[in-house]
Amino acid sequence: MSNRVAIAGVGMAKFGELWDKNLRDLSLEAGMYAIFDAGVPGSDIDGMVIGNMSAGRFTGQEHLGALAVDQGGLGHIPAYSVEAACASGGAAIRHAYMAIKSGVHDCMLVLGAEKMSDVNQTEAMNTISVASDWEWEGMFGATFPALYAFMARRHMKEYGTTEEHLALPTVKNHANAVHNELAQFQRAVPLKVVMGSGMLADPLRVLHSAPITDGAAGLVMCREDLVKKYTDTPVYIETSKQRSDTLALHDRKSITTFNSVVSSTKSALKAASLELKDIDVLELHDSFSIGEIMLTEDVGICEKGQGGKTLEEGITEIGGKFPVNTSGGLKARGHPIGATGVAQIVELALQLRGDADKRQVDGAEKGLAVNIGGTGATSIVHIVGR
Amino acid sequence: MVGIVGYGVYVPRYRIKTTDIAEVWGDASGRIAKGLGVFEKSVPGPDEDVTTISVEAARNAVKRAQIDPRDIEAVYVGSESHPYAVKPTGTIVAEAIGCTHDMTCADLEFACKAGTAGIQMAMGLVKSKMIKIGLAIGSDTAQGRPGDALEYSAAAGGAAFLIGLKNPLATIEETVSFTTDTPDFWRREGEDFPSHGARFTGEPAYFRHVGEGAKSLFRKTKTTVDDYDYFVFHMPNGKFPVAMGRQLGVPPEKLEDSLVVRQIGNTYSGSAMIGLARILDIAKPGSKIFMVAYGSGAGSDAFSITVEDAIEERRGEVPTVDDYVERKTYVDYATYAKFRRKIKALG
Repeated sequence: MSNRVAIAGVGMAKFGELWDKNLRDLSLEAGMYAIFDAGVPGSDIDGMVIGNMSAGRFTGQEHLGALAVDQGGLGHIPAYSVEAACASGGAAIRHAYMAIKSGVHDCMLVLGAEKMSDVNQTEAMNTISVASDWEWEGMFGATFPALYAFMARRHMKEYGTTEEHLALPTVKNHANAVHNELAQFQRAVPLKVVMGSGMLADPLRVLHSAPITDGAAGLVMCREDLVKKYTDTPVYIETSKQRSDTLALHDRKSITTFNSVVSSTKSALKAASLELKDIDVLELHDSFSIGEIMLTEDVGICEKGQGGKTLEEGITEIGGKFPVNTSGGLKARGHPIGATGVAQIVELALQLRGDADKRQVDGAEKGLAVNIGGTGATSIVHIVGR
Repeated sequence: MVGIVGYGVYVPRYRIKTTDIAEVWGDASGRIAKGLGVFEKSVPGPDEDVTTISVEAARNAVKRAQIDPRDIEAVYVGSESHPYAVKPTGTIVAEAIGCTHDMTCADLEFACKAGTAGIQMAMGLVKSKMIKIGLAIGSDTAQGRPGDALEYSAAAGGAAFLIGLKNPLATIEETVSFTTDTPDFWRREGEDFPSHGARFTGEPAYFRHVGEGAKSLFRKTKTTVDDYDYFVFHMPNGKFPVAMGRQLGVPPEKLEDSLVVRQIGNTYSGSAMIGLARILDIAKPGSKIFMVAYGSGAGSDAFSITVEDAIEERRGEVPTVDDYVERKTYVDYATYAKFRRKIKALG
């Protein structure tokens, strides 16, 4: 059996505050684009997985696997829905990866979707908060901005990270999203504007935080030996690794390192027989800008504590040694929770195929995505290659 | 041609600065107030409500029109803060200004555009010769939940327009409406404060309906932005009408004079109508005015209006919009909370 699983096609509905589209419309759109892109006959798809965090609370609809298969006219194939908070999309991909590698399925449609704008902002925040440790964190008012603010404050104290450093991922990611027509915010944001934006939870500001977004993304994944039937430009998932950490932030020895990310990245690189220097492009989970700074360190682009400085030096810009979030990341592409992990792989696939237009990283051959759930209680790493 | 034979406004004298509201709710930077483009809002005194505001505005309208109030055969009061859930405001207004009992009357509600709906109804009755003169009032003492974004703009005030055929000071050439079921803002029976869909109140609600209403009126009248001297859009804040003008290609100077929202806040049913009154206070005969009122829920009423020669002789008799805007007494947040009965212990 082959070690790799192929990605035959990718698709994404434009992310944004989409008042005219519901969860069905978005899932259908992303799924259709992925299937058209792959050129796979619907009858060849023998299973589907959808990643979603909380459609029940956001829209009142659960049982999304059956819903998506029904909407897509995919007949009676088995459908699975998986949840791992913000890592739900990555979990859906991993689920399909395991199913195809094990031989249970040959060709699967993978979707990630979230419709968040049907509820008011308070309800949206409460819904997102249940991805923390509700009994020990959420119930006491520790929202995600508050939890990430703890990490940011500690990072500033331990490593001298500055408020300007905290603004840099936003500036970079918005600049990248200018060239991504599917991004929620296709506009650059100057440093001064980020640093002067409204305070959410000191030191984190509105423009340090990913937005509330509606969106869906999809992949068609299949056995490596079948993919040439469908497309001349396949990319491959080289490895898929997942690790867990304590659900609550206060149970960790350090809150300035995502241990789950460190170990899942190491293990993924090892399994692919690669080193980080072999990676040409990365998608890192920047739900808050401090998250991208910590992930820059935790995947090994720089030493612990040097994330802010690394951003300052432009190492993670397009044209730098390790371009991060060429799509605009969660901040500017948008963060429809369940869709994010899939959208990350869509971006890496486009980069590896040379289809990323003005944000193209020249000659990209290997890409790495880190999709995390909660404050890092789940970390899912995928390495994609040509 | 059917037109406005008289108009009058009323704005309570009390004001609170939006920076004072912001400070109470933890925004010392004043960013919210600046972002909304509302710097002060009017506050009704403890003995003022939609009835008293409507009566004041109607008295001003009758005085300006120099008509016999017994010729008013229809009274419509549009508001979302009628003092009674059941029992009309309009009957109190009609008696207070000296109408006869041989007339029709009703209270209207369509969020912020019930007053302009009243103008359209009066136009229909006048044009069909069922009545001589109709009175349409838009008036509110708007509610905003303490701490909610609405609190920065929800204000009080009203405007009264007398619609008739004889000797109008401005003629209304055309009116069109654009209406859908769009739940962007609502208040259920018995609730103290309205709810709203935050940013949903923008693009799919205000901008869609005002924009479509405006385009429809341009089409129907075969006119363009260049044919008008003044534009008036509903003013939920200072930002939306300016953005709407930009979208429609309206030069800022044609909109500026109507933006009373900056000094008095959003007077809801009174908002666009007070904006129109401000223009009628200053416009030269022959000027053309393009107005679009908006009501959540949602719909827009658009009007094409021409100022007539008669307007000049009707000025100076009653207070202008600016007279009311400039007549002010500042109150602090505590006084405002007392006046608006936001202090629960008072009952």
